[in-house]
Amino acid sequence: MTMNILKVLSLGIAAGLALAAHADNTEAVLRESMKPKNQARMDRIEQNALQTACSNAADTVANDKQARQLREAAQASVRYPANGKYLGDWRRGQMIAADGTGLQWSDDPKAANGGNCYACHQLDKQEMAYGTVGPSLLNYGQRGQSEAMLKYTWAKIWNPNAYVLCSHMPRFGDAGILTEQQLKDVMALLMDPTSPVNAELVHE
Amino acid sequence: MRGLLKSLKWLNPKNFGVTALVIYSGAALAQDDVFSQYREMMGDDNPAIFVIEEGADLWREPRGPKKASLEACDLGLGAGVVKGAYAQLPRYFADTAQVMDLEARLFHCMETLQGLTPAEARRKPYSGKGDTGTELEALVTYIADQSNGQAIALPQSHPQEKTAYALGENIFYYRAGPHDFSCASCHRQTGKRIRLQDLPNLTEAEGAAAAYSSWPAYRVSQGLVRTMGWRMQNCARQQRLPELQAGSDAITALLVFMGVNAQGAEMQAPGLKR
Repeated sequence: MTMNILKVLSLGIAAGLALAAHADNTEAVLRESMKPKNQARMDRIEQNALQTACSNAADTVANDKQARQLREAAQASVRYPANGKYLGDWRRGQMIAADGTGLQWSDDPKAANGGNCYACHQLDKQEMAYGTVGPSLLNYGQRGQSEAMLKYTWAKIWNPNAYVLCSHMPRFGDAGILTEQQLKDVMALLMDPTSPVNAELVHE
Repeated sequence: MRGLLKSLKWLNPKNFGVTALVIYSGAALAQDDVFSQYREMMGDDNPAIFVIEEGADLWREPRGPKKASLEACDLGLGAGVVKGAYAQLPRYFADTAQVMDLEARLFHCMETLQGLTPAEARRKPYSGKGDTGTELEALVTYIADQSNGQAIALPQSHPQEKTAYALGENIFYYRAGPHDFSCASCHRQTGKRIRLQDLPNLTEAEGAAAAYSSWPAYRVSQGLVRTMGWRMQNCARQQRLPELQAGSDAITALLVFMGVNAQGAEMQAPGLKR
């Protein structure tokens, strides 16, 4: 009888600790709660230094020194195009911007990843199905066409944390989501005066 | 009947030509406006009623190696009490010494009452492509319907219930995967949208209530009922994370975070969503 009560108690305590023990160990709970599927392996839940520092409600890194280090690391991560050419084909860029697939366990790992820009940004004047999580990029090319502007835009897409630490925009270049050519095509969509982002005329 | 329900798929935005409609009207018309019109048109008719019936049958039917029904299952308000139970879940259960959501609790009852193994109970929690509904989905729909109209009232008196809330909040802000996304990436601001899809702000009462009170929901575009657990799994998929498991501690903690933020709102489930 006593043995049984003890058994029940110890079992109960062991099970009860499952949640309690992990209040400050979010990764361990996620590890127990998830299973790898297709291309989404368990290493996806392991955080890098940036992700750990930015996992808070304020989206800020409280420690100034650490914030500076993370921003500098983000700036240093940017690899500019080897041939110095920033702009590809805006038509291909348009398709990349509209494509929301890539890197999910439901996606074909052999297919090219999308950028899913329209999920969060307004771009093409005729595309009304745009999200509002990020700012509108309508007429983005009118902000300037200088080398500095090209470099800024490239770096912003490569790793947004170079400018806004703890940005919720993915590191499209740094994290290997888009290839250099894809980044150039998206750049062209943003910068080319004839692209639907900038042109006054209707493109058919 | 299923075939009939499937015909409602005309509402799928892909078939509905929402984008064309929006351009034609010359103004940005959120998808939600189109679907709120549809909801109005449907009135109290929700195809989920057939799933509710199916779930009620499953609840009462003797099944498993022990040939027992789930009617003795304690969902938090006493053995067999279904009315109002969903509005107070997830909660702490003394018999397992754990905070559990409805799906975790159902797995537990399938194991203890019906004699299923943990693997058998979890064999197929959510419908995949082409499926027309799972047993878990039907059970959850039936049980949630029994809380329709009740105020969301998650208990927060047990220390583990408080811990679960804190854990849910941590998970909500946990950034991970190749895209650096957390739940907060999409669900911390008010009045934002992804494409034309309105995003509830789950950190404040109104947004959390809108989300929490309306799941499980009949998804017209998919022709079946989806549960809140599935919604969590699908968000994790879009975060590019591994597969979040039904009945897991992470889902339970997220639901405690969201449910407590929605405290006091009236349950309106099963809902009707695109």
